[in-house]
Amino acid sequence: MHPFAYERPGSLAEAIALLGRHGAEARLLAGGTDLIIRLRDGSLRPSVVIDLKRVEELRPAIREEDGRLSISATSVMTDIAADPRVRRHFVALAEAAAVIGSVQIRNRATLAGNICNASPAADTAPSLLVYGAVVVAAGPAGTRRIPIDEFFVRSGATTLQRDELVAAVELPLPARRIGAAHVRRTRRRGHDLASVTLTCGVDDAGVTRLAYGSVGPRPVLEVDESGTLADPGSTGEARAGVLERMFLGASPSPRSMRASPEYRVAMLRALGERALRMALDRLGGG
Amino acid sequence: MSDTIPIQLTVNGRQRSLRVAPHHTLLDVLRDDLDLTGAKECCLVGECGACTVIVDGRTVDSCLVLAVEVDGASVTTVEGLARDGSLSPLQQAFLDRGAAQCGYCIPGQLMSAHALLETNPHPSLDDVQEGLAGNLCRCAGYQQIVDAVLAAADGADR
Ligand SMILES: Cc1cc2nc3c(=O)[nH]c(=O)nc-3n(C[C@H](O)[C@H](O)[C@H](O)COP(=O)(O)OP(=O)(O)OC[C@H]3O[C@@H](n4cnc5c(N)ncnc54)[C@H](O)[C@@H]3O)c2cc1C
Ligand code: FES
Ligand code: FES
Repeated sequence: MHPFAYERPGSLAEAIALLGRHGAEARLLAGGTDLIIRLRDGSLRPSVVIDLKRVEELRPAIREEDGRLSISATSVMTDIAADPRVRRHFVALAEAAAVIGSVQIRNRATLAGNICNASPAADTAPSLLVYGAVVVAAGPAGTRRIPIDEFFVRSGATTLQRDELVAAVELPLPARRIGAAHVRRTRRRGHDLASVTLTCGVDDAGVTRLAYGSVGPRPVLEVDESGTLADPGSTGEARAGVLERMFLGASPSPRSMRASPEYRVAMLRALGERALRMALDRLGGG
Repeated sequence: MSDTIPIQLTVNGRQRSLRVAPHHTLLDVLRDDLDLTGAKECCLVGECGACTVIVDGRTVDSCLVLAVEVDGASVTTVEGLARDGSLSPLQQAFLDRGAAQCGYCIPGQLMSAHALLETNPHPSLDDVQEGLAGNLCRCAGYQQIVDAVLAAADGADR
């Protein structure tokens, strides 16, 4: 690994000042499960690494406040997957957090790091999209809230500014009852990114939200407000038609080593149907 | 060259103070500075688990952790499992079941299994497989490894 300086700010103000001072030369470090690999392979060569784990305001915490669940930037997948409130209100996020990497990876990997890394295959992204998560960005001008659908741009790029960092991810506590499920397809559990990662959520007003990743430059959210997918009386054909339209946003790369475009689209259909069934079951089962 | 940074940590129960370069990983420092060569260097991308150690009660791939990050932490490596010169029941079970083939992955397997049993003393087969999913064995001794963990969990002396 090439040498770099290491900074360990104790406060958010200090972290933001360091980010401002070092600009493009700096990289933020959370769990390091993406960053350290890129430092080692030389694809990133910052002169300063700013570790967020001792920032008082960003300490690992999942808090319920003002009708939302706020997950701080250094909260790791192990804790998110086990949190009773996440499991109760946002089960598809708990499911996604629980299948990321291995125990060792989940003990380090943060939710904020997962979305900031902005891999199209990020497993938490579809659930965050379905639940309408909001990213709390902190910068020199204070904090602003970015709806998750406006956060992702393309592989490796988000709407976060260079002088900002993600302080927390907020999930509005659902006003309606919602059944949801996360499913994915990988070549080998614990050692590979998803070739398709997908979450489906259905609420008791009949609105179905479907989000999927790893089949294009960024994760995609589609909403069916017609009620066709949620209606137990809909024909298989009607459902397939709606799903097909929802998958038009998929544009898998023909150059991927992980899976061919044809395979990914076939898997998208199969997983979409499976997640919809699970979501409906869960909605029905209360 | 960047400067070295002073850190303090507890390794296998012993207080250590040392200076580390920011770009050196916990794995580098354990092996090269502290002479603890149990944790192995292998894939260096977080996939094989040969470098697994326990930091403040949780397993990590030490190839993906900078040494400066563990300042103030408590680290347990495979060297810290034996007590008073005798193997831990888990280590003994690995031996008894013939779980170690070439042995390269075993320190990592042991640390993952140790951490699993600390939080879940009576794991199911699924729990063991999930708990060890981040540890590859190129000798493919998975059956014996899982058997050893289940046997150690059954032993009343843990
Ligand atoms: C073996 C292995 C298996 C994996 N499996 C999966 C998987 O199954 N699914 C999956 O989705 N991912 C997987 N990953 C990828 C990775 O573990 C996740 O993306 C993880 O959530 C990243 O979080 P981190 O805290 O480790 O981020 P880091 O590596 O610390 O940071 C990642 C990026 O985000 C930036 N960043 C971090 N925190 C912030 C912040 N608060 N504000 C602004 N920028 C920030 C960093 O500068 C860096 O560019 C795997 C990785 C490995 C090594
Ligand atoms: S060497 Fe660290 S996981 Fe393989
Ligand atoms: S015993 Fe040889 S790699 Fe596992």
